[in-house]
Amino acid sequence: MQPKSPPNPGRRKFLIAATSAVGAVGIAGAAVPFLGSWNPSARAEAAGAPAIADISKLEPGELLIVEWRGVPIYVVKHSTKSLNQIDKNLERLADPESIEDQQPEYARNKLRSRREGVSVLTAVCTHLACAPKYYPQLGVNDFDNNWQGGFFCPCHGSKFDLAGRVYSGVPAPTNLPVPPHYYKSDDILVIGEDGDVA
Amino acid sequence: MVTKIMNWFDDRLPLTATIERHLTKYPAPINMNIWYLAGALLIVVLVIQLLSGIWLLMNYEPTAEGAFASIQYIMRDVEYGYIIRYMHTTGASAFFALIYLHMFRGMMYGSYQKPRELLWVVGWITYLLLCMLGFTGYVLPWGQMSFWAAQVIMSLFGSIPYIGEDLLIWIRGDYLISGITLNRLFALHVVLLPLALIAVIFVHILALHEVGSNNPDGVDVKKFKDEDGVPLDTKPFFPYDIMHDLYAIGVFLIFFCTIMFFYPDGGGYVIEYVNYEAADNLKTPDHIVPSWYYTPFYAMLRAITFPLFGLSAKFLGFVVMAAGIAIFVALPWLDRSPVKSIKYKGVYSKFFLSLFVVSFFVLGYLGSVAPSPTKTLLAQIFTFGYFSYFLLMPIYSKYEKCKPVPDRVQLS
Repeated sequence: MQPKSPPNPGRRKFLIAATSAVGAVGIAGAAVPFLGSWNPSARAEAAGAPAIADISKLEPGELLIVEWRGVPIYVVKHSTKSLNQIDKNLERLADPESIEDQQPEYARNKLRSRREGVSVLTAVCTHLACAPKYYPQLGVNDFDNNWQGGFFCPCHGSKFDLAGRVYSGVPAPTNLPVPPHYYKSDDILVIGEDGDVA
Repeated sequence: MVTKIMNWFDDRLPLTATIERHLTKYPAPINMNIWYLAGALLIVVLVIQLLSGIWLLMNYEPTAEGAFASIQYIMRDVEYGYIIRYMHTTGASAFFALIYLHMFRGMMYGSYQKPRELLWVVGWITYLLLCMLGFTGYVLPWGQMSFWAAQVIMSLFGSIPYIGEDLLIWIRGDYLISGITLNRLFALHVVLLPLALIAVIFVHILALHEVGSNNPDGVDVKKFKDEDGVPLDTKPFFPYDIMHDLYAIGVFLIFFCTIMFFYPDGGGYVIEYVNYEAADNLKTPDHIVPSWYYTPFYAMLRAITFPLFGLSAKFLGFVVMAAGIAIFVALPWLDRSPVKSIKYKGVYSKFFLSLFVVSFFVLGYLGSVAPSPTKTLLAQIFTFGYFSYFLLMPIYSKYEKCKPVPDRVQLS
């Protein structure tokens, strides 16, 4: 036989609330290790160290792919011809002045580069992280009738110019990020650290 | 002797009562048609997936270094390994084909309406779990498409304002998709999600047997009962329904085996060719497409190419895609029609349901091909068509003229 109501309903209510609250705190505490173990492990963090590339053999117009933290970094030495073309279609770009914070301060300039004539870009499409392909040739091609050279993402058709600036009207929202990088010497490029910020 | 054993059990466990309630004496409406077979077939596919999955697990290696090779090992060196794997890949496609038919049946005959709202919601949860199972399982072979599909889908979370970047690293457990990511998806795919799926399907069937099956006329068969309290317009599951189901299972298995034995790639739809190449994080395949069962939602994601209300196009695309999957759950509350079945609903309901079907197939096609400006425009139009079925439903279902619904089921 159950009594119709507890002898002291207020006390019963308080005890239920207190037990539930303590139980909830216990669950929250127990959840910490389960959620926390999904964070990058020490090994994963160590693997994210800077990458070093020798760019002495890079010819104008050529592309070098360097792996840093598992993503491809494109290093492009621009030819004089493409440097002359780079301002030809500013009106088709979404952010020609690089206002969005997609590059370190030292690369916030016209060509978004630390060294004039060399672009260092994270080749991860700002739409859904595919690697855009390098199309340096000018003129008509499959995806553009007046291509000024740049990068085209094969996944969803986003376009970027040679400085990694995004075209308007494509799925990608922002310019390709410029990773932190510095030149240790004339030929040695270090990707992943800012070095001495000049 | 048998009676004695059964009695021994019945005194300790409601064995006979449970079997009678949920199987042999379950009253099934007499006018159930071919659309009602999908549910039974889904259970068959569930069993196929569990068995073939457990057997795959005996030889699969869940590491970034070994996963791709272990799949090749299963395909070449393990006896009958290729059959077990093709069974699992074909089963995945069959699972989705059947659940889409099953959901469409519910939409057609108003099976989500009162009192079956909860049944519909629970069913929708099984669909969500199935989507997660499909995605996590797809990554495990660690081929090119596995890797890049994971890249695309996970980076969607990175588009969430403010918390996106940190959330992405937390989900991946690394700064990129790596073996760490593979391992956690593996754990989810083989343990957590199947356990949850089985539990939710159990609740789905429990809820079904509480409220009873709907039927193509959408009439309440429980209104008219015989002197024993059995609804007049029903027949017991055994032996009547089980015979239909067994026949359907036979026909289904013929199709299933044809694909499994002779067309295991399904023309690139069941297994995508790009996935015969091992994952390479520096090289994106030329053309990334998800499995066919996600393509309608993928087309919606790509259809959003413009920022709005200060939110990026990428995040909005993610929101629209998620909404496309989530909106099914709202159907019981969007439908204001006094009748259940499309047979007696008005012309607007018929139009919008057709529009939904057309949109679903067109989006499915658009999501599987390379994007172009025309195709993006088409995807935008049909995304609109898809959502108008749901979002306009409170209006058109309320004000349209319906046909009178008979008291009892109609046998044509």
